Amino acid sequence: MRLILHVWRQKSPNDEGRMVRYETNHADPHMSFLEMLDVLNEELISNGEEPIAFDHDCREGICGSCGFMINGKAHGGHPGTTVCQLHMRHFKDGDELYLEPWRAKAFPVLKDLVVDRSAFDRIIAAGGFISVRTGSAPDGNDILVPKEAADRAMDAAQCIGCGACVASCPNASASLFVGAKISHLGSLPQGKPEQEIRAMRMVAQMNEELFGTCTNLGECEATCPKHIPLEVIARMNRDYLAASWKHR
Amino acid sequence: MATTLETSPLLQSRLPSGPIETAWDRARFEMKLVNPANKRKYSIIVVGTGLAGGSAAATLAELGYQVKCFCFQDSPRRAHSIAAQGGINAAKNYQNDGDSIYRLFYDTVKGGDFRAREANVYRLAQISVNIIDQCVAQGVPFAREYGGVLDNRSFGGAQVSRTFYARGQTGQQLLLGAYQALERQIGLGQVQMYPRTEMLDLIVIDGRARGIVTRNLITGQIEVHLADAVVLGTGGYGNVFYLSTNAKGSNCTAIWRAYKRGALFGNPCFTQIHPTCIPVSGDYQSKLTLMSESLRNDGRIWVPRRKGDMRPPNQIPEEERDYYLEERYPSFGNLVPRDVASRAAKAVCDGGRGVGPHGLGVYLDFSDAIRRLGEKTIRERYGNLFEMYELITGDNPYQVPMRIYPAIHYTMGGLWVDYHLMSTIPGLFVIGEANFSDHGANRLGASALMQGLADGYFILPYTMGDYLASAKLDKVSVDHPACKEAAGAVQERIKRLLSIQGKRTVDSFHRELGKLLWDECGMARNARGLRQALARIPEIREEFWRNVNVLGGNEELNQSLEKAGRVADYFELAELMCLDALERDESCGGHFREEHQTPEGEAQRDDERFCFVSAWQYTGEGKQPALHREPLEFHYVKPSQRSYK
Ligand SMILES: Cc1cc2nc3c(=O)[nH]c(=O)nc-3n(C[C@H](O)[C@H](O)[C@H](O)COP(=O)(O)OP(=O)(O)OC[C@H]3O[C@@H](n4cnc5c(N)ncnc54)[C@H](O)[C@@H]3O)c2cc1C
Ligand code: FES
Repeated sequence: MRLILHVWRQKSPNDEGRMVRYETNHADPHMSFLEMLDVLNEELISNGEEPIAFDHDCREGICGSCGFMINGKAHGGHPGTTVCQLHMRHFKDGDELYLEPWRAKAFPVLKDLVVDRSAFDRIIAAGGFISVRTGSAPDGNDILVPKEAADRAMDAAQCIGCGACVASCPNASASLFVGAKISHLGSLPQGKPEQEIRAMRMVAQMNEELFGTCTNLGECEATCPKHIPLEVIARMNRDYLAASWKHR
Repeated sequence: MATTLETSPLLQSRLPSGPIETAWDRARFEMKLVNPANKRKYSIIVVGTGLAGGSAAATLAELGYQVKCFCFQDSPRRAHSIAAQGGINAAKNYQNDGDSIYRLFYDTVKGGDFRAREANVYRLAQISVNIIDQCVAQGVPFAREYGGVLDNRSFGGAQVSRTFYARGQTGQQLLLGAYQALERQIGLGQVQMYPRTEMLDLIVIDGRARGIVTRNLITGQIEVHLADAVVLGTGGYGNVFYLSTNAKGSNCTAIWRAYKRGALFGNPCFTQIHPTCIPVSGDYQSKLTLMSESLRNDGRIWVPRRKGDMRPPNQIPEEERDYYLEERYPSFGNLVPRDVASRAAKAVCDGGRGVGPHGLGVYLDFSDAIRRLGEKTIRERYGNLFEMYELITGDNPYQVPMRIYPAIHYTMGGLWVDYHLMSTIPGLFVIGEANFSDHGANRLGASALMQGLADGYFILPYTMGDYLASAKLDKVSVDHPACKEAAGAVQERIKRLLSIQGKRTVDSFHRELGKLLWDECGMARNARGLRQALARIPEIREEFWRNVNVLGGNEELNQSLEKAGRVADYFELAELMCLDALERDESCGGHFREEHQTPEGEAQRDDERFCFVSAWQYTGEGKQPALHREPLEFHYVKPSQRSYK
């Protein structure tokens, strides 16, 4: 299979960056998208050209390392699929593809398709946890959790922190990411005591980073590789409002 | 039993004496404590943020120590532990099906084919119950029954249901629990986190581990970090085979550098092959994807009875299918341990009955389970795994059986540690998959997560206190000659890699090495093949250092340079693995020497000669490493030929 790729090349955070055109004849329908890039990179190196940098690790859609835009769509836009799991059978011979890094003020480009997502970690550090010291926990079955609550928590907890939600949002909002953690922990009895303070702190940190505000466009839900539902944002807003009312 | 063997004086295992049930309690009581107000005066480096490193860093920081924590990914949440699917074992006996701490201990010692220390394994089984409590309290959304209690599933090598799980993403949820605890400590200023930073050497001063040399993966800056103790939770080395189920970045560099600084390496040849992975589809293959072993609960493994039967699976009638595991092992059936299931798959494929385009695959069929339980239940249990399979292969496993084949998955070998999880270098602790400790020659499913968290949450925080309270630690500074020497060596090596400018890519060397190792030191090994590999590896390594092409410079994000450093270490490790495999002239667990099998083709141990841990000592560039032995004694579980019939 032959492909024409236009790839964002940027040597360093302060470099200007530009699109560069490549052609490859070695794509195969059974390859993953990243394997296609591996093969292209091997060709580039053999020609004395530096390979394209992209983040990746598990290649199983779970670590959240990978991610870039393909023709304007985060992870290529196939439902429930990270770019490491996107297979070339979805493309056809002669396709022309544009690869760009996540574009958001809060995610500065480090090199080529690699961006800095440390803002997400700072939001979790601000409140995305349950405060429990090692060794101070009661027996696991002392805390009964209705199956529906556990399932709801798990639906939200599946977030892999890849940043596709931010990249696909015209406002570059991180609300789906933040809402997912608030919903995960808030759906469980263990998470109740800190429910309000958690929402206050996480939202405050989100605002401090350079993310935009949510205007309910829903692009994030549509591109989330883990199908995190928009409801989590409603829950975040509810918890936040309740908390700000009380802590006025 | 090999009690006549002498223990090497280097290997002081510090195993507690007396009854095993209370050994850990006694050991803890005898440990020195650091007074709470003094804890903040001690600094600890933790390399790795997987289940082991993440849980350790968070817990040490909670206790009040000053922690510096490192990982090579852009966030601690992305450590390879995130990919674990199936579950975590604990002897809770919530199912009332006859489980107990003793049974988990027994299963693990037996599953490891009698090559692990009894006392370590017993402690692991004891602690398993605390882990579940801790994780529940953190908000890990484990699967629940309708009454709200925790649900369990079964896993290979056990006849009870003791595995806790969060859909097919147990590792992810456990790691997020540890990550959140870690982030909390980062927020509180107790942990300084260094993501995108790779440890490239260990600093040993006056015989004690006192720091590390790192490279900032964005700027290329080489830095020295000092502390009172160093903890490595840097994971396993399965990627030495190039194709494995590990994340692409998983590597051996941290433990290998420590080995070259004097830490002994335990059982390097003990590697685990996982029976249920998606088969290779082409030369470009970059990694192998695991399909959780939990699938063997409901999936039935089979191949056609007739050689070369190319019919689609649904056209092969029941009587022409060979459910070879169920036939050969009636009591464990599809749930035999991993090494047994993997070798059986290899045997049927070698016999020409493999399925799929390359003949390297067997069916894992869910049609019976779907008929019995309904598609909805199966979707609830394995939905995300089925989805993943379909994404990769394009086949829908609700309709056609999956195709699976064994792949390298886990490394039981690792740095040798004593009962306190300390290596042979005082002050260097090794936890999680990076150490050699609890799984003997074969790890049971759902036991790695258990071990990583036991080490990090519940064992290391005690033993670390004992070390710090007893050691006399002088102040050290970055001007110490040992720091200069280590940092200089790191810089030198990088310069050398960048200056070769040869013709071949790093990956091409890695693939070549991996293929050789898989063929000669993979699922089955023999003396002739191992000797060939030992002759061939230095040749490829020599070409690597002459002909590799690493473009770009050091002062930038340079992924080829990162890979090149790791592959250079793999060459050396691969040689040690083959040497260890050759030296261990018996079969045990995942180490299958073709010369030693029972008439039924099962692994045949030689307890007279090999009931010991092999610990290898680095003796200098180009010199043969020295073998030290730690004999193993079994007072509770009598070594027997494992039988899963
Ligand atoms: C696909 C898959 C599924 C699995 N499923 C299960 C399961 O269901 N149940 C089970 O019990 N086990 C399972 N396992 C095994 C288990 O996941 C691992 O053994 C375990 O997670 C290892 O944890 P760890 O903390 O020791 O290391 P890892 O999670 O590998 O973490 C290593 C850490 O070290 C860091 N690091 C490494 N080298 C360096 C360096 N040089 N410098 C700086 N940082 C470094 C990395 O950044 C990372 O943070 C599975 C494994 C795989 C591959
Ligand atoms: S590489 Fe891990 S999610 Fe894609």
